Formats: sequence, C-alpha cells, structure tokens
Amino acid sequence: MTPALEARDLWFAWQPHHDVIRGASFVLERGRLGALIGANGSGKSTLLRLLTGLLTPTRGEALFDNVSLRRIPARERARRIAWVPQSTPAAFPFTALEVVLTGRSPWSPRFHFENEADRAIAQEALDTVDAGHLADRPITELSGGERQMVTLARALAQKPECLLLDEPAAALDLKHRSALVRTLAGLRDRFGLTALVVTHDLQLIDPAFDRVFAITCGRVVADGPPTEVLTSASLAAIFDDPHVRTARIGERTVVWSE
Amino acid sequence: MTTESRLLRALLVSAAVLAVAIAFGLWAGYERVTVESLRADPMVRALLFRVRMPRVALAALTGAALSVVGAALQALFRNPLAEPFTLGVSGGGALGASVAIAFGWGARAWGVPLVFVASFGGAMLAVFVVYRIARAGMVVLPGALLLSGVIVNLIAASGVLILEYLTDPSRSLQILRWTVGSLDIVGFDMIWRMAVVLVPATIALLAFSRDLQLLAVDEDTAASLGVNVRRTEGAVYFLSSLLVGVTVAVGGAIGFVGLIVPHAVRLVFGQDLRVLMPVSVLLGAAFLITADTVARIAFSSTELPVGAVTALLGGPVFLWLLTRRQRAAAM
Repeated sequence: MTPALEARDLWFAWQPHHDVIRGASFVLERGRLGALIGANGSGKSTLLRLLTGLLTPTRGEALFDNVSLRRIPARERARRIAWVPQSTPAAFPFTALEVVLTGRSPWSPRFHFENEADRAIAQEALDTVDAGHLADRPITELSGGERQMVTLARALAQKPECLLLDEPAAALDLKHRSALVRTLAGLRDRFGLTALVVTHDLQLIDPAFDRVFAITCGRVVADGPPTEVLTSASLAAIFDDPHVRTARIGERTVVWSE
Repeated sequence: MTTESRLLRALLVSAAVLAVAIAFGLWAGYERVTVESLRADPMVRALLFRVRMPRVALAALTGAALSVVGAALQALFRNPLAEPFTLGVSGGGALGASVAIAFGWGARAWGVPLVFVASFGGAMLAVFVVYRIARAGMVVLPGALLLSGVIVNLIAASGVLILEYLTDPSRSLQILRWTVGSLDIVGFDMIWRMAVVLVPATIALLAFSRDLQLLAVDEDTAASLGVNVRRTEGAVYFLSSLLVGVTVAVGGAIGFVGLIVPHAVRLVFGQDLRVLMPVSVLLGAAFLITADTVARIAFSSTELPVGAVTALLGGPVFLWLLTRRQRAAAM
C-alpha cells in the first residue's frame, strides 16, 4: 500500500525547550481509516496540526504522498487535505451553507464566486452528514453538535483525498457519532479516502477503523490494528491507568475504566 | 440566488442610494441649489463647484474608506465591534497628524503631504500595539482587543491635548478639529491627493475580500483552506492604516462610520464579505455625505462637526451590538 500520511521523526515546541511532540513517527496508508488516541495533553491535536501543515515542525518532516508538506503549495494542500477542528467559534451569523461553501474556495480562482456545481457539492456534503436541513440556518443559532456537523460538511466539500479530524464526535449525540463513523468508512470504501481521527471515544474505533496510533508524551508508542492496540494492558500503559478494562462484544471492543 | 447576482443587485441598490445622497448633499444647505438658480446666479455656481462638490467628494471618500476598513477589521479580528475608532486606529492617526501640524510639517515629499505620512504612521503604530496586546498565541482576545483600543485612544487623545497646550494658538485651533472630526471646506487639490492614495488602497483591500470571508469564519480553518494568514493580516493592517491615516489627516477622527455601515449592510444584504465590502464602499460614502449634510443643516445658526453626529448615531449601535453579543455568549 502507498503511504498517504507520514510523520517522520516530528518534533515541535510551542515554547523553546518545551517539546510537545518528541520524535513522533508513523505511517497511515492510502485509503485507510486511522485513529489517534492518547491521554489529555499527550500532543494529539498538535500532531494533527503538524500533519495539516498548520504548524511547522522544529525538526523532522510531515509528508503527504511521500512529499514534504513544506513543498506542497498551500492551496494545493487545501485541495488534498482537509482539517476539522475540535470546535469552530462563530462570531458572525453566516448560514451553514455559506460556511460549507468556504470549503470550495481552494478549487476556484481568487476573483471567482462559487458556481452551481460548487453549491450542489456543498449541499450534498451537508446532506451526507445529515445536516441538509440546516443549510439556511445561521451558525450562531446552531448547537455545538450541529455546528460540528456543518464543519465536517465544509471539510467534505473540499473533496479532499485525506481528512484530519480533531475529536469530531465530542459534541455529537449517539446517533450522529455512529453516523459519523459510517460516513467516514463509506467514503473510504467508495472513494479511497484516507482519514485520521483524534478521539477520546475509544468505542468508536473497532471495527470500522483500520489502524490505531497511540501517543504518549509526544511519541507514538503503539501502532497497529484496533484489536492489537485496544487491549487492557496496552491501554493501561497509554493512559497510565491500571483500571482500564476491555471486552469484546461481537465485532466490537468495548473499553471502560473501573 | 448566487453570490454573484446578490452582489450585482446589492451594488445597483447602493449605487442608487449613493446617487440620492450626492444629490441631497449638493442641493441642501443654507442656499438651496436648483437648476434654475444655477442658470441664473454665478454665486450659486461657485457655491456648488467650489464648496459643496469638494465637501461631498471628501465625505464620500472618507465614508467609503472608513466603512470598508470597518468591515475588513471586523472580519480579521472576528469581532463585530471592531472598527477604526474603537480599535484606536483613528486616535493613533489623529495623534500623528497633530504632531505634524504642531511641528509645522506643512511640507510635501514627492507630492505627498507629510501630515498624511505622520497620520498613517500613527494609525499603523496603534494597530500594531492593539494587535500585540490582544493576540494571545493562536487567538485574538475580543475583550483585550477593545479595551486596548480604548486605552490607545485615551493615550492618543492625551497626546493631542498636550500638543494643543504646547503649540501656538493658530496651530492649536487647527489641531482641535481633529479631536471630533469635521469635513470643512477643502479644495479639489487636496481631494485629488487623497484619491490617489485612497482609491488604489480601497481596491487592494477589496482584493482580500475572499481571504477575509474565510478568516471571518475561523483563522485556523482559513489557513487550512490555503489562506496565507500572516500575509493577509499584514496587508490588511497596512492598507487599513493607510486608508484611516489619510482620511484622519484631512477630516479628523470621525468615529463609528466603520461600525454603523457594515452592520447596516449585513442586515440587508447578508454576511458574505465579498458582497459586504464593495457595498460598504458605496453605502459608506452615501452615509457620510448624508451625515455631513445633516450636520450642516440641522441648526440654522451653526454647523455641527460631523464626528459628533456619527458618534451620536454610532454609540447606541455599539451598545446594541455589545448587548446582543453578551446575550449570545450567555446562551
């Protein structure tokens, strides 16, 4: 399989001498769904930002399709990699459709407006995340979960090859959490989408995800299929919690802490 | 309706409003200008061409510049309360202009009045200070932004006051104008000089409207969509300081235009910056022409400074927006 996303000995510090990411390395192959897990403050979101190109590593290289992100022009990168932040604040009452249409901007020249095809793609993206009915609603009036779905639709409207999602399910209810995983798995199966999802919800992962990367203190300490990483022993080490338990129910791995 | 047709419709409506405002500004006053009086009386012709026209043109240029800068700064800071006056940019410009007047820098360098340069410098310095204080890592703190704007305005106002005390009475009186903002009679010569700077700077700022649309949603998202955030920020600060600096150098610190106009445009034509910014140019011009005309004709005995009229209108708008924002935050 071709590597789509690669972290090659990545280092990053917000302040001098306080490294948050310390030599993180992993490879996510094309058309695979990966989960990035770890305790609070372990560096998951920072690592995701490095892989989006929003941050530049102090050492090492973040690569997409074997090319360093530094060498991919910003607009081309935006056509290939889309990023979904943990939350999107809303200062102005843009409609949900207007927000989703911003996802089409990397595809149109600077002084062009979106055309009918762009609007159709944006509406389709909203429909995909079950938020078509929100199209004309101002985002300032939407709940956290609804806003998150709009942000996800904006990323889908970018028609990217790779999606990077930072705790996308945090504000979603049970129905929309499983719908999110089904959507990502569906896009992977139909279009070969590569996606890396930062998540604290470990129940989401098995069996839809292909690979799990665990990060501790800025280093990738576990990397494998969900059944290998989501074990009591492995998770106890990752989360520094001896009370972590796992159990298999059908095809799923269920995780809890006693 | 597509964004393109929305923009076209909005531009047509605002151009019609601007035409009415221009006609009103030229017609109204102590002496009403009509077609008959223009034909009959050479004094009326002189009044129209030498007094009213330059004043309307100055109001149009100033209103357009302040409004488009207001819309741009609101998007850049993701703060509906941002505008040149509340962020201290106008105050910084006024201090720069006052320094130039106090030291008698009436000179021009390559045809550019030094008062323009000093005012631009003051505006740029104010933006820099406010931005440095309000930015904490990856976010711009809205409270710190407005508070530092208020403080920069206070410091600038104190600086202007000290200069007024220290300079000779004629220069002191000249400086006094800047404290409230007024569109007194200036010749076409000055208006051309302003236009040479303001028109290209406005067009350049409009060229950033799509980047600002993305930035108004979220800064990191804009970066992930290919916007060069630092370059856009730098360009918008530079152009905004230039536009505000030059208008302040001539008309003084006229407040709240950049707040009232973009919000009125939002209410009618929606949030899209690619519509909002060009429409703010036209309606900003129309608004200040109308405000200045009202300031001229409200009292038969005297003329009001236009800055006082815009502050009277803009203050309540600011408070209304603040209340709405507080309620939204509490929800």
